[in-house]
Amino acid sequence: MFDTAIRGPEDESDKMPSQPALDLSPPVSDRVAKTTCYMCACRCGINVHMKGDQVAYIEGNRDHPVNKGVLCAKGSAGIMQHLSPARLRAPLKRVGPRGSGAFQEITWEEALQTAVDWLKPLRETAPEKLAFFTGRDQSQSFTGWWAQAYGTPNWAAHGGFCSVNMAAAGIYTMGGAFWEFGQPDWERTKLFILFGVAEDHDSNPIKMGLGRLKARGARVIGVNPVRSGYNAVADDWFGITPGTDGLFILSLIHVLMGAGKIDLDYLIRYTNAPYLVNGEDGAEKGLFLRNEAGTPLVIDRRTGQPAPWDGEGVQPDPAAEWQGHRTVLHHMAARYLSPKYAPEAVAERCGIPAPRIRALAAELARVAFEEEITIDQPWTDFRGQRHERMTGRPVAFHAMRGISAHSNGFQTARALHVLQILLGSVETPGGFRFKPPYPKPPEAHPRPHADHAPGKPLDGPHLGYPLGPEHLLLHDDGTPRRIDKAFTWENPLSAHGMMQMVIANAHAGDPYRIDTLFLYMANMAWNSSMNTSAVMEMLTDTDENGDYIIPRIIYSDAYSSEMVAFADLILPDTTYLERHDCISLLDRPICEAEALGDSIRWPVVEPDRPGHEGVRPFQSVLLDLGHRLGLPGMVADDGSPQFRDYADYIVNHQRRPGVGPLAGWRGPDGTGVGRGAPNPDQLQRYIDNGGFFTDHIPKDAQFFKPWNAAYQDWAVDRGLYDSPQPYLFNLWLEPLAKFQRAAEGHGPHQPPDHLRARITETLDPLPIWYPPFEEALTDPTEYPLHALTQRPMAMYHSWGSQNAWLRQIHGHNPLYVSRQTWLEHGFHEGDWAWLTSPHGRIKMPVARMDALNPHTVWTWNAIGKRRGAWALDERAPEAEKGALLNHLIHELLPPRGDGLRWSNADPVTGQAAWFDLRVKIEKAPPGGPSQPAHKAQKSPVGRGPDSLALQTKA
Amino acid sequence: MHPAPSLIAFTVLSGIGFGLLAFLGLGLVTPTGWAALFWFGLGYGLALAGLAASSFHLGHPERALKAFSQWRTSWLSREAVLSVATLLFMAPHAAALTFLDTPAEGFGLLGAFFGLLTILATAMIYAQLKTVPRWHHWSTPAVFLLAGLTGAALITGIVALAQLLLAWLALALVAHWVLGDLRFHAAGSTTETATGLGAQGAVRLLEPPHSGRNYLMREMVHVVARRHALKLRVIAILCATIAPALLLLVQPMLTPVILAALALHVIGMIAARWLFFAEAEHVVGLYYGRD
Amino acid sequence: MTALPQSTEKKLGLVIDLDTCVGCHACVISCKGWNTENYGAPLSDTDPYGAEPEGTFLNRIHSFEVTPTDAPPMVVHFPKSCLHCEDAPCVTVCPTGASYKRAEDGIVLVNETDCIGCGLCAWACPYGAREMDAAEGVMKKCTLCVDRIYNDTLPEVDREPACVRTCPAGARHFGDLGDPGSAVSQLVAERGGIDLMPEQGTRPVNKYLPPRARDRLPEPPANLAALCEPSTEGLTGFLGWIDRTLGKI
Ligand SMILES: Nc1nc2c(c(=O)[nH]1)N[C@H]1C(S)=C(S)[C@@H](COP(=O)(O)OP(=O)(O)OC[C@H]3O[C@@H](n4cnc5c(=O)[nH]c(N)nc54)[C@H](O)[C@@H]3O)O[C@H]1N2
Ligand SMILES: Nc1nc2c(c(=O)[nH]1)N[C@H]1C(S)=C(S)[C@@H](COP(=O)(O)OP(=O)(O)OC[C@H]3O[C@@H](n4cnc5c(=O)[nH]c(N)nc54)[C@H](O)[C@@H]3O)O[C@H]1N2
Ligand code: SF4
Ligand code: SF4
Ligand code: SF4
Ligand code: SF4
Ligand code: SF4
Ligand SMILES: [Mo]
Repeated sequence: MFDTAIRGPEDESDKMPSQPALDLSPPVSDRVAKTTCYMCACRCGINVHMKGDQVAYIEGNRDHPVNKGVLCAKGSAGIMQHLSPARLRAPLKRVGPRGSGAFQEITWEEALQTAVDWLKPLRETAPEKLAFFTGRDQSQSFTGWWAQAYGTPNWAAHGGFCSVNMAAAGIYTMGGAFWEFGQPDWERTKLFILFGVAEDHDSNPIKMGLGRLKARGARVIGVNPVRSGYNAVADDWFGITPGTDGLFILSLIHVLMGAGKIDLDYLIRYTNAPYLVNGEDGAEKGLFLRNEAGTPLVIDRRTGQPAPWDGEGVQPDPAAEWQGHRTVLHHMAARYLSPKYAPEAVAERCGIPAPRIRALAAELARVAFEEEITIDQPWTDFRGQRHERMTGRPVAFHAMRGISAHSNGFQTARALHVLQILLGSVETPGGFRFKPPYPKPPEAHPRPHADHAPGKPLDGPHLGYPLGPEHLLLHDDGTPRRIDKAFTWENPLSAHGMMQMVIANAHAGDPYRIDTLFLYMANMAWNSSMNTSAVMEMLTDTDENGDYIIPRIIYSDAYSSEMVAFADLILPDTTYLERHDCISLLDRPICEAEALGDSIRWPVVEPDRPGHEGVRPFQSVLLDLGHRLGLPGMVADDGSPQFRDYADYIVNHQRRPGVGPLAGWRGPDGTGVGRGAPNPDQLQRYIDNGGFFTDHIPKDAQFFKPWNAAYQDWAVDRGLYDSPQPYLFNLWLEPLAKFQRAAEGHGPHQPPDHLRARITETLDPLPIWYPPFEEALTDPTEYPLHALTQRPMAMYHSWGSQNAWLRQIHGHNPLYVSRQTWLEHGFHEGDWAWLTSPHGRIKMPVARMDALNPHTVWTWNAIGKRRGAWALDERAPEAEKGALLNHLIHELLPPRGDGLRWSNADPVTGQAAWFDLRVKIEKAPPGGPSQPAHKAQKSPVGRGPDSLALQTKA
Repeated sequence: MHPAPSLIAFTVLSGIGFGLLAFLGLGLVTPTGWAALFWFGLGYGLALAGLAASSFHLGHPERALKAFSQWRTSWLSREAVLSVATLLFMAPHAAALTFLDTPAEGFGLLGAFFGLLTILATAMIYAQLKTVPRWHHWSTPAVFLLAGLTGAALITGIVALAQLLLAWLALALVAHWVLGDLRFHAAGSTTETATGLGAQGAVRLLEPPHSGRNYLMREMVHVVARRHALKLRVIAILCATIAPALLLLVQPMLTPVILAALALHVIGMIAARWLFFAEAEHVVGLYYGRD
Repeated sequence: MTALPQSTEKKLGLVIDLDTCVGCHACVISCKGWNTENYGAPLSDTDPYGAEPEGTFLNRIHSFEVTPTDAPPMVVHFPKSCLHCEDAPCVTVCPTGASYKRAEDGIVLVNETDCIGCGLCAWACPYGAREMDAAEGVMKKCTLCVDRIYNDTLPEVDREPACVRTCPAGARHFGDLGDPGSAVSQLVAERGGIDLMPEQGTRPVNKYLPPRARDRLPEPPANLAALCEPSTEGLTGFLGWIDRTLGKI
């Protein structure tokens, strides 16, 4: 009677007809438009299925080099982003107080005229009073070019608060970084170690790579305080205590060096390991010994005498000591073999037992040296020496903000690169591989520029890689030239600028006052600011006359974000399916380790905003403004606009003769790769090819790229370099030694006294570890916990919350606490907690997680929303139960007693130290709303509809 | 399970309705003329009211006719067919008693038989569900049948039978609760079997699939506090069985007393039926953090 | 029709690799997108921009924490959609015949024009694989993308479920589990694929590949055992090693 598996009669004829007839082949669409996703910065290729002029369905483009057909949750939800009720509809002029969200729609003509009225006099008097900063855009080479033409030194993108430690440590150490600029050799690696990554920019490629490793049975190891996402699939989990990775890595180095498990041949050939370091006290100490031609010296084993490192037949001795000068490797051994780096000495601090550290070191050694792999592919190095095969050590690493968003992140990232190099696994089969335009050593990058004059363009590109104190951007009196104080003694190698300091500095008038803050695609009034509540106050603060302290704010967003409410003038952008974009080699292209590549977006739907003035692509608006302002390069000889719009710029702009934003189909006949005159058909060729271009690197050039003659020639041919530039990896980073010498009083460029000790201590030319600053300045007994955020894979920062599908997955974000903390505080399911840092207090729901470092709490990033933003109901869970850790993170470190407050950033690069946060937790009265609960902002776009059931009918 | 008012009303009312029709069909009461019209009207009314209530639960009540098609396999379809059969077979009997003052016994017996089967089918809709171990048990049809008959006995004022049925119903309810409490565990479904991860260790939900709610959670992952449930059980059994039985013991022949007993019984059964749903743990709860 | 077919010619289904799933929800959304636009009524959302957004999804990712007795806790992301059971209770309970299992390939479907939205099939499913659409009042469930896998307007490679096509980690596999020689059957055999809630007697077609054992770094070979012991040789030992090694280069 209870059996439910009731079968039909056996007779075939009886069962078939009772099944309804199905249409098994409904057409998916009547046309497919291939473009590039922009639900995040990963740049996947998408097939946008169109029925009529409506978007019906979005899937991955199988031919695309980045995602090869797959698509993440955000990408598939693009249709809901495109239909978002939060889309802006017209230029807006603020009519209520800042922050209120009260706006009036205006015409484009009025909007552009307003902007010109503000910006033109500024340019003619004090161009530095325009601060132009951009967030998540992919047109930094374009906006930087515009800002340079305008003449303000105050331009940067968001890299300073994102992961400049990673970028800078990579480029300074080995001429390329993880980020999305390099990749593990997914096909060959046998041991993959992931440090501090939840999602990263290369989100789909990393997932595809992990899948491939899994399918091959390769081992994946996750080093992360939290075991979710990628770390959940890791075969082994090292639940490290935040901020201690540097120590952990140096301990691995200790074990490996002690056992001689390093690739000595590789170190001699490809790194500065055998260089002699000046050991004599004085101005030259720590710099390389050089001959008269300036070439660094090594000890030639044949003679025991110094010789130029690249001298004919020279056999460098990496262990040499000569007249008190020792080699880099000798220095490293002396330092890292110290018992203070022994696993037993670091275990407690790192939260990882010594035997596990040793076991990991042994596994690294085993795979690197006992499972060596070779590819039968001859190649020739830059010395002209031919190698019959490519030998590799199949150990690969990847790391991101978990190690870089700390105030010791630069040195930690350096330590990791040094470990990779010691194992001989960079640019070798099975190891880590650069993607074009990398490798590119710091010398091949520009230096930063800030020389400005009224009515003139800036003297050069804003950002770059300083090689010594002489490259800092300081006035003669030592004050910073840039509003964000990048490239100063406080953060000398701030290669991406320090966007997180802009609002605070502009508000404080330190180093000077500005007039107009111009932001693009950055939610600086909310999730990309530290100390968010205070930032909202700074943006609304007035002087004694009642005028805003930051007088003018222009902002370009595509949606009704929190930042919109704080601007005086809104230039509404199109969405990603409605405009041209260019994912360029001058920027962050779509290259692979085996191929050069770039791509475009193009308008697959018209930017319709019926009943409203409408929106315009921001880049085109910027070109229009440039023309109206008379900026060089934007006005044709006859006074007309040089570029009709951004599409025109993409095709016709030339950075250097023959080199422009796109590499594909250049030259009049479209056969040029990388180099060639502008081709009027270029965009159509991209569209016809699925929105992208790739060009494969020849087989003999695919590895050992920094030293591979074939690669160097190929890169020159493609316009990546203008001449071959082989280089050696910097185990010892000489520019840092120069800063140390300055701090000791040597040389013409001198830091302020209060920074001398810190520079000497932290700008060490060899990787070191020191405790994160905030930790050192707060009482660990009062604030015993580390507080972190992670990227949810299905959300992109703040902009996913307007997406009806995605917000059902992450509509609010509990604070995950370890079992230990959970029990200690007697938490129960459904409880709420107060989380307090030295700077503030927030209230949010808690949840228990056992697979978590016991001293850590974490939550998803950027889920909490301000009431009224994003066209959401004011009672949206994002506001009621969502929380933002940013309220707890100050942009400055706690006072140290000398009256000076340092920025809460890495002392080398200025990277925002998001993850240094220390907190205490207390049980809170149950129930919401989460705190702080800000007053609702008015929505300039109304509210979204009450229900959705969309089906496109052709 | 979510204790949907429509389902509670449907099962309680239609149970009494079909019970009453069965009584009429069996000839336990044989009203004639206007009285017959009243009693059959009541029986039909309760049965139909129940069926109507159940259609509130449907997404497409206008397609209800389709539900008659799958009687070979589906208890819900059988219930539909049986209920209509009951109403149809009972009609000549009702007409005969009303207009001819004489029973159409054959039809009456058939109608009664189908009426009881209808109650059984209703119960089987729940009892067949392996996914709700508490329901997947003989005590479910027992309670449903006894409840229908008890209600009928009370309505018709057949006191002796009512008292007997009240006692049986009390036993059935207690059995349903006490044995029911063991059912989930006995069924052997755990978060470990639900995920297949038991071999690797103890399993607990870390993050639900969506931060909001969904149909499954609303419909099937209803949780009543244990203390709450115990109180309600006491109230339910007191009202549905013990109190009516005591009332009938004290004053068996007084119509108001019988009506009071009936009212108490119905209230008690509504409470019991609320518990029937609310306490029923669906195994899908294992995917949503119920342990 | 409500009775289950005696047997099906194929047993099409999914194999989900719990060792590889990173919990990215890609499959959830591609499923939502495909099935909103295709088979039957769109998957609706109520209060989509409001205080209690709720919608119909045919595939959802749960995350579980698993604590072994002898190793650190682990997290397992757990995708769940219809398992296309051989003994599908959701089919036989259906009063209208709307719910049926296809004889040719075993796919369990709801014929939406027959469905009265009684919800009983969802109650009968142990796995929470069916959701009633609030706007349409009919039962929705995974169709195994029946309108993709045979769709001759699609290129051959694309004739696979949307969720499988999109999964970035390659954690979802589609094929005929009735054919022991198929790639999916072999994967199940190799990796010890399992049934969910076998005690429910539903005989799911979809299989789950359990996560591989975690946190078991291999013992180092003898020549590397020294790495696991603290060493006292320090700098002199290291420089000696360099000397010896240089001799070999
Ligand atoms: N606590 C904590 N805070 C963090 C981090 C953290 O880890 N923890 N991470 C930091 C990091 S690394 C980053 S990069 C930042 C990111 O923070 P933001 O750079 O602020 O990024 P989003 O929140 O994505 O906001 C970008 C803005 O761009 C708008 N936008 C989206 N599409 C378009 C478009 O097509 N055109 C235009 N004009 N605008 C558009 C969005 O509506 C949104 O307002 O957050 C930082 N904040
Ligand atoms: N889906 C999605 N993808 C994104 C983004 C997004 O918002 N959503 N944002 C993009 C952007 S702008 C960026 S910058 C990248 C960032 O990508 P990720 O680098 O992956 O950034 P987070 O999510 O901040 O993850 C930081 C990780 O580091 C861990 N962690 C924190 N402190 C430590 C530590 O001291 N040691 C170790 N070992 N681990 C630690 C955290 O637990 C977390 O897992 O992602 C990009 N991709
Ligand atoms: S990772 Fe996802 S959101 Fe980002 S570009 Fe690729 S598909 Fe789009
Ligand atoms: S998983 Fe559920 S809905 Fe799917 S066939 Fe099995 S019982 Fe039916
Ligand atoms: S909801 Fe629809 S498919 Fe499910 S049992 Fe009822 S009629 Fe059948
Ligand atoms: S097979 Fe199709 S319907 Fe089923 S879960 Fe995957 S995408 Fe959804
Ligand atoms: S798409 Fe793949 S990896 Fe992502 S949640 Fe689904 S099954 Fe897991
Ligand atoms: Mo970032």
